[in-house]
Amino acid sequence: MSRPAHRRPAYHKIGYGIGTRLVEDFLARSCVGRCHSYSEITDIIAQVAFKMYLGITPSVTCNNSSRNEFSLILDKNPLVEFVEELPAGRSSLCYCNLLCGIIRGALEMVHLAADVTFLQDRLKGDSVTEIGITFLKKREEKKYRRKK
Amino acid sequence: MADAVLFEFLHMEMVAELCAHDPDPGPGGQNTNLSVLESMGFRVGQALGERLPREMLAFREELDVLKFLCKDLWLAAFQKQMDSLRTNHQGTYVLHDHSFPLLLPMAAGLQYLEEAPKFLAFTCGLLRGALCTLGIESVVTASVAALPGCKFQVVIRNA
Repeated sequence: MSRPAHRRPAYHKIGYGIGTRLVEDFLARSCVGRCHSYSEITDIIAQVAFKMYLGITPSVTCNNSSRNEFSLILDKNPLVEFVEELPAGRSSLCYCNLLCGIIRGALEMVHLAADVTFLQDRLKGDSVTEIGITFLKKREEKKYRRKK
Repeated sequence: MADAVLFEFLHMEMVAELCAHDPDPGPGGQNTNLSVLESMGFRVGQALGERLPREMLAFREELDVLKFLCKDLWLAAFQKQMDSLRTNHQGTYVLHDHSFPLLLPMAAGLQYLEEAPKFLAFTCGLLRGALCTLGIESVVTASVAALPGCKFQVVIRNA
């Protein structure tokens, strides 16, 4: 599609919109209880949400001692499985920004501000695909909906 | 295998994103947005058409291809089959879905009727793209009488 640059879709923004809706679907379908820490939340994103929607389970690492920066490591990125070749001039970060936007939108809907970015990309020669999540401010004391 | 709800949300966002840049488009702008969506659907349809019919490589006639669209393609994309297929046996087919998943979250009945075309453009392209991969040139249009039911009209262009 050739369109002027200012009209190219912003994948992160689209992902954000998806995430704000997806979180309701996720909370309705999963049995997550109340989380007590950022690392619990990140574990749930990796082990429950990714599994439920994409059928994969990224591994989680914590990147700093204050325990608010985490990485999700994906062995394979489901979004680029079907991309046979990257269009000239684009990078796969475009497509993968969608995932970052989804995570950020979902977290914001449960009152958690976070920066979510792509740190490493297998398609660009890194050994893994890595998404970094940095939780930004003190978590408010909000209960998650419990499934009966 | 990705969950079906992801595609529904993605589609919603695609429509919103493409139609958001022109808050008050004239008929020309609206048509550009629709044709962008349609061509995205076309590329997806082409790819799906290549991936799906491995088990049934020889379609005996045109009607078999349309039946394949109604059953296998619809099942793969929307987790249900098309509800009815009619034809005049002269190259025009009408595919009727009583409860189209991309319209289901919107409304039931006549509300939002004028918004419906935006949400059907991608799928028209999807059908046209799949037909193209299977060797058939066509024009696909959609119409809605009352949500969430809709009809896709496929007119085969003679070679």
